[in-house]
Amino acid sequence: MAWTNIVLQGTLLGGLYALFAAGLSLMFGVMRLVNIAHGDLIVLSAYCALVIVQATGLHPLLSLALVVPLMFALGYALQRGLLNRTLGGDILPSLLVTFGLSVIIQNLLLEAFSADSRRLQAGALETASLRLGDQIAVGVLPAIVFAMAIAVIALLQLLLYRTALGRAFRATSDDAETAQLYGVDIRHVFALATALALAIVSIAGVLLAIRTNFDPSIGPARLLYAFEAVIIGGLGSPWGTLAGGIVLGVAQSLGAAVDPGLEILAGHIAFLLVLVVRPRGLFPRLAD
Amino acid sequence: MTPAPLSWRIERSTAASRTALAGVGLAVVAFLTLPLWGDSGDMRLGVEICYYLALAQAWNLLAGYTGLVSVGQQAYVGLGGYAFFALSVLWGVPPLTALMLAGAIAALLALPTAFVVFRLRGAYFAIGTWVVAEVFRLSLARVTPLGGGTGMSLPVAVVREVAEGRALRDVIIYYLGLGLGIGTILMAFSWLRSRHGLALTAIRDSETAAASVGVDNRRTKLAVYLIAAGISGLVGALIFLEKLRISPDAAFSVGDWTASVIFIVVIGGIGSIEGPIVGTIVFFALRALLVDYGAWYLITLGLLAVVIMVVAPQGLWGVIARPLGLQLFPVQRRLHWLDAAARPE
Repeated sequence: MAWTNIVLQGTLLGGLYALFAAGLSLMFGVMRLVNIAHGDLIVLSAYCALVIVQATGLHPLLSLALVVPLMFALGYALQRGLLNRTLGGDILPSLLVTFGLSVIIQNLLLEAFSADSRRLQAGALETASLRLGDQIAVGVLPAIVFAMAIAVIALLQLLLYRTALGRAFRATSDDAETAQLYGVDIRHVFALATALALAIVSIAGVLLAIRTNFDPSIGPARLLYAFEAVIIGGLGSPWGTLAGGIVLGVAQSLGAAVDPGLEILAGHIAFLLVLVVRPRGLFPRLAD
Repeated sequence: MTPAPLSWRIERSTAASRTALAGVGLAVVAFLTLPLWGDSGDMRLGVEICYYLALAQAWNLLAGYTGLVSVGQQAYVGLGGYAFFALSVLWGVPPLTALMLAGAIAALLALPTAFVVFRLRGAYFAIGTWVVAEVFRLSLARVTPLGGGTGMSLPVAVVREVAEGRALRDVIIYYLGLGLGIGTILMAFSWLRSRHGLALTAIRDSETAAASVGVDNRRTKLAVYLIAAGISGLVGALIFLEKLRISPDAAFSVGDWTASVIFIVVIGGIGSIEGPIVGTIVFFALRALLVDYGAWYLITLGLLAVVIMVVAPQGLWGVIARPLGLQLFPVQRRLHWLDAAARPE
């Protein structure tokens, strides 16, 4: 029973990791851009929500109504103003520019908010739980996070395969030059992809901030979790990303159950094992 | 039958580069004589400059030439540092021998790591190397004989083995650092001038073209990866011998051992030997200038690197040197036509 509980908690945690990963995967899928600042943008959204909650007294979950459009706009501007200039045959410029952004965001947050750890207070929601039988209980908050992860991924899948924008995303992903010939403005499409990715990032950031403490330095670790979920799941597959997040979450919970110091390490080792045994991930779709 | 006289010869240096080399010579003399005119603070700064020079050259060989953009070089700095502590403290190996062995151990551990991370391409390789560095950091934090998560100090007995007095110890560590800094530059220089360097430059310019003329890309990349790891390991051992204390967070710090190094190379100019040198000068100058402004120093450095990457990807050295045809370390081969008439149109 104890082990069932651990796996269940890990699965729910995996939902959060899938949310981290969805934005990263979208940006890579559409424009082959790996955003090293991804984790720091998650943390930036958490601080955005913190400022909004402190200024307006809104419930943290309601602050999403403001944080999501804000990050969407930031994403569009960032891609249009800066990142589009780094794309091309060579991956080095985009990699190094987003690496620079990561350091800049981290240190700006450090200057603005100090290194103290913060948390978004969500009142009764933080401790509420649902009983599932005698020995198993599920926190309401982790369950909400998991449900939102599924909703976001389902919507993303719908958008990619059922809308004109999704078609433009997939066409650009397959061959940007040919897509251009058919009238796709790839600079605009790239900007929309990043905008959408940051909208997802902002949801992940706010949920992270309600679930755990955060400070300006935790971004890179979130980037690594996001990356691991994407690779474990297999590139280019949204549902694979969810599976990847769950594998990572379960590995971390199992590690933590053996020894609290093993939590993060167990996740990394699960990732390396998948990389050795199935280099293309568990559910590959996209060729690199 | 005698071969027709050649109408051209191959030159490797230009007049400008010979003049510039004189400037480098002066700098080398200044560094070599530093213990004569500087105090221990100057020597500490000198060592720090040298190990950043070495790390920057190593990272430049990786990212600038073979396209292996590693964000995980802190793995080898940390492993070198820990190997040095383990050898000298736990197994009583003499410190200077332990130092050399630490570099070899880092290079050796890079082999199985390469087996895993080489499965990832391009940008994913970058993040993969970072994960591996985290695995090393978290694993070493669990090794109790080496102090676990809090780390350990170098026992006085081991420190005394380097040299009895503090002044002599400072001088020894300084010259070790200087040797490492200059040695790495010379190694990169002679490597790039050799046949293997030609392969490396070919890979930098086009992997497909390099493979088509018979370069073994994978083998060359692996060699560069192992050598970069060995250099980083040596640097790591030296850093923590100088600091006299090691901890997992300090040893495997991505900010200190990789972010700063990436900024140095990008700002100075990636894909040349001179770039990392110029970048190191800018890095230390900015640090001295912004010493009172805390996080703003890293923000400035990051901004500068982003702007340079977007506006002038060849870096400061490229901006200065290219119009002048300047080369401090000539690794190119230029055709010099002896008979102007023989020159093809």
